[in-house]
Amino acid sequence: MSAETLTENSVATDFWDGVWLSTPVVVAAAPFGLLFGAIAVDNGFSVLEASLMSALIFGGASQMVGIELFGQHVAPWLIVLSIFAVNFRHVLYSASIGRRIAHWPVIQQALGYFVLTDPQYAVAERKAEAGETVGFAWYMGLGLPVYVFWVIESALGAVFGKLIPDTHALGIDFLLPIYFLGLVLGFRKRPLWLPVVIASAAASIIAYKTVGSPWHVSIGAIAGVLLAVILPPHHSGVEAKR
Amino acid sequence: MSTTFWIIIAGAVATYLTRVGGHLVISRFDHIHPRVEAGLNAVPAAVLTTLVAPAALGAGPAEWAALIVTAVVSLRGGLMAMFLAGAAVLILARQFVG
Repeated sequence: MSAETLTENSVATDFWDGVWLSTPVVVAAAPFGLLFGAIAVDNGFSVLEASLMSALIFGGASQMVGIELFGQHVAPWLIVLSIFAVNFRHVLYSASIGRRIAHWPVIQQALGYFVLTDPQYAVAERKAEAGETVGFAWYMGLGLPVYVFWVIESALGAVFGKLIPDTHALGIDFLLPIYFLGLVLGFRKRPLWLPVVIASAAASIIAYKTVGSPWHVSIGAIAGVLLAVILPPHHSGVEAKR
Repeated sequence: MSTTFWIIIAGAVATYLTRVGGHLVISRFDHIHPRVEAGLNAVPAAVLTTLVAPAALGAGPAEWAALIVTAVVSLRGGLMAMFLAGAAVLILARQFVG
């Protein structure tokens, strides 16, 4: 076997490893894709526009907020600003994951940032924490199925929205919090993990009750990150590594 | 082109800016201050917690049971095991407590 086939094989293996890890995300996101399509059509979007929004923005919460405001005939610039505000947490993901994928060619990085969703970030950061290299094939194996299914589900929801049954009994409305909790716990060995979790939980709950959704995400996230910045470096374990 | 179309395009550009922006800012610096690095290391716990905490607070016994089982399984099992265990408990518990 030549060195070239060996590399090709390992690229394929990496890709399918990523695909395997994408399955819970695809399952958990499916009802939201369908729901988005249904709500979009309900608020005056065409099937094509609903699919296009999912294909170009690829961010569930921000799409829901955008559609909701569109239905209420809010000014277009305010809708765009709201989409930006809901997606603001990605700035933190981007700054953090940039350290793991800086060795990729620029075009690959540009593509990688396009699919940088919540689970994409968390699962890639998990891999980096385990001391493994975050490769492009693996990363896309993780991201592509989520993207493709998201767009297809949005279109299906837009076409067949009226047929969506009561999803409560099947539990699908609460699958994402379950998945995200598992991801949060996966980072428990990091320095300052517990104080950051407590600060973010408290701040997000207070913000949720006062300012309201979706702002609680950015407010809670910033509270946790600020705590880690403010606490003396010997607590955060950063200097110990130097 | 319709207004809807332009809202989608502008929303997509704004979203991509958030996804690439953090990296573009950080990569301007040769040296990352230890406190900034500590902040970046806190990002997963900080952001993901905000996606769980308010949802958990507003939920009921079935959801809490599922979250507790997810937490216990995640101490030992992998991502897939904890997700399937949590989902199974949720579906089962909802048959009884709705």
